[in-house]
Amino acid sequence: MSKILQDLRYSKDHEWVRIEGEKAYVGITDHAQHELGEIVFVELPPLGERYAKGEEISTVESVKAASAILNPLEGKVLEANEDLDGSPELINEDCYAHHLYVLTDYKLDDYHALLDDKGYEAYLNTL
Amino acid sequence: MVYPYIPHTDEDRKMMLSSIGLQSLDQLFEGLGEELQLSDSVPISHGRTEDEVQRMIDSIAQRNVRGIPFLGCGCYDHIIPATVKSLSSLPSFVTAYTPYQAEMSQGLLEAIYEFQSMICEITGLDVANASLYDGSHAASEAASLMVGAKRKSSTVLVSSTIHPFILAVLTTWANGTDRTIRILDEKEGVVDLSRLEAELDEACAGLIVQSPNRYGLLEDYQAVSETLHNHGCLFAILNDPLSLAIQKSPAEWGADIAIGDTQSLGLPLAFGGPSCGYMAVTASLMRRIPGRIVGATTDAQGRKGFTLTLQAREQHIKRERATSNVCSNQALAALMTTIHLSSLGWSGMVEAANQSYAKAHYLAYHLAQLPGITLIWDKPFWCEFPLVFSDAKRMRKFLQELRNEGIFAGVRLATLTRQAKDELVLLVAVTEKRSREELELYLAAARRVMK
Repeated sequence: MSKILQDLRYSKDHEWVRIEGEKAYVGITDHAQHELGEIVFVELPPLGERYAKGEEISTVESVKAASAILNPLEGKVLEANEDLDGSPELINEDCYAHHLYVLTDYKLDDYHALLDDKGYEAYLNTL
Repeated sequence: MVYPYIPHTDEDRKMMLSSIGLQSLDQLFEGLGEELQLSDSVPISHGRTEDEVQRMIDSIAQRNVRGIPFLGCGCYDHIIPATVKSLSSLPSFVTAYTPYQAEMSQGLLEAIYEFQSMICEITGLDVANASLYDGSHAASEAASLMVGAKRKSSTVLVSSTIHPFILAVLTTWANGTDRTIRILDEKEGVVDLSRLEAELDEACAGLIVQSPNRYGLLEDYQAVSETLHNHGCLFAILNDPLSLAIQKSPAEWGADIAIGDTQSLGLPLAFGGPSCGYMAVTASLMRRIPGRIVGATTDAQGRKGFTLTLQAREQHIKRERATSNVCSNQALAALMTTIHLSSLGWSGMVEAANQSYAKAHYLAYHLAQLPGITLIWDKPFWCEFPLVFSDAKRMRKFLQELRNEGIFAGVRLATLTRQAKDELVLLVAVTEKRSREELELYLAAARRVMK
């Protein structure tokens, strides 16, 4: 059973979003890290760039495949999680404690359009 | 019927068919449907014996005109030590052209690893891949890398002084896609960098230049990388790798990408191919380099070994999001380059480059004294230089007379570019392989014609 946290929002592409004031933290879900397997590289997005919802923003490579991360809500990249640069396995260890990047000036409507924990759990059950 | 290249006898075939429960070969193809099968035989002439074919090819080969080549334009007659052919002809290398079951092929992986290390040393950059098909291919892969690295970019700037064939490949690369090749014009035989800043817009991903360029001239890239980097653009320099023994390396110019063709490093002229391309990049572009990278590692017992370390851009890794079409390498040709460089060493490479320089300058100096010939543009060159004739008639006579003496005097630039402005330009290449006698023979014939 995949771990799902209550206070996060989720996309059907298996990204999670956590809002903290001006900042929106984005990571991948437990289901995603489990499907990917051992993660060996994370390509982080360039700072200061604005990305649309659904736009390819980063790549997570595992021993099995390279997967595109589709940005779950429109916003401008404020930070990229440099901890992953050299320690990508942190995502496997705890995917909710290690985000990929932080957006600012994000679109709140996009956030509200994402699934809540119940909705994401229901969605996972359909897969 | 037994053919020399098909080892199966009729008996073998019968056995194979019966093991899958069939009586005839036609039965095997029944599933294709009649419309896809040939009802008649293929209309080709009857077979010839091995001996007949050998004679036929010999008689064609005899029509070749031999001469002393002063031809270049991307393909040069350098001295190749005998070690290159004898070692690279080992069957274990010839058949293992790409490591499919990679780690089984430790010898081939080690050879590729050595190639990569040498390319890094020559270019000064951090990471080289396992080789590409040729220099033009390397240029198109550099263009792909650039467009992939800068978000929302689509345009690659290319100097008009790049080899015409490479430019043609780049144009093909862009054709039918939303990518664009935009030309940065030249001034007096070298790229005009005064207009660079003005050309750099949001869509522009980077610049590709060549030195020695299509005229054989060496270009100056002072401050180019700063200008490009300020606009988030990448900088690629295409070189004749042998010239890097005596000219500034891509790393010294601040380039992000070094590309080129290793023909001048151990590959024979061979009617223009097969050749071998190389690409080296800075560490920050490591995951964007096309093809594969072989790395050194240790196995479970702590022994040194080699492995395919990274193939981040290949289609079997990236699927439809792959940014490169390469899923192979040019291992045998790369091996020849590796053996060549191992035989020469750095000092041998410097000597070959220096001798080519000295001999080319000797010939150029004396030809420039003759009436009716000018060494256009007072620019530095290495082993090849552009001569301009006063008129087409004299140029034709010059080429014909030297040919009668057994000398291929040079390549007419217009045959490559098909442009009227190049009609009177002759490119003359001189390598370390040309002897003093051959140079004097050239000069004597030239003096007779151009008096």
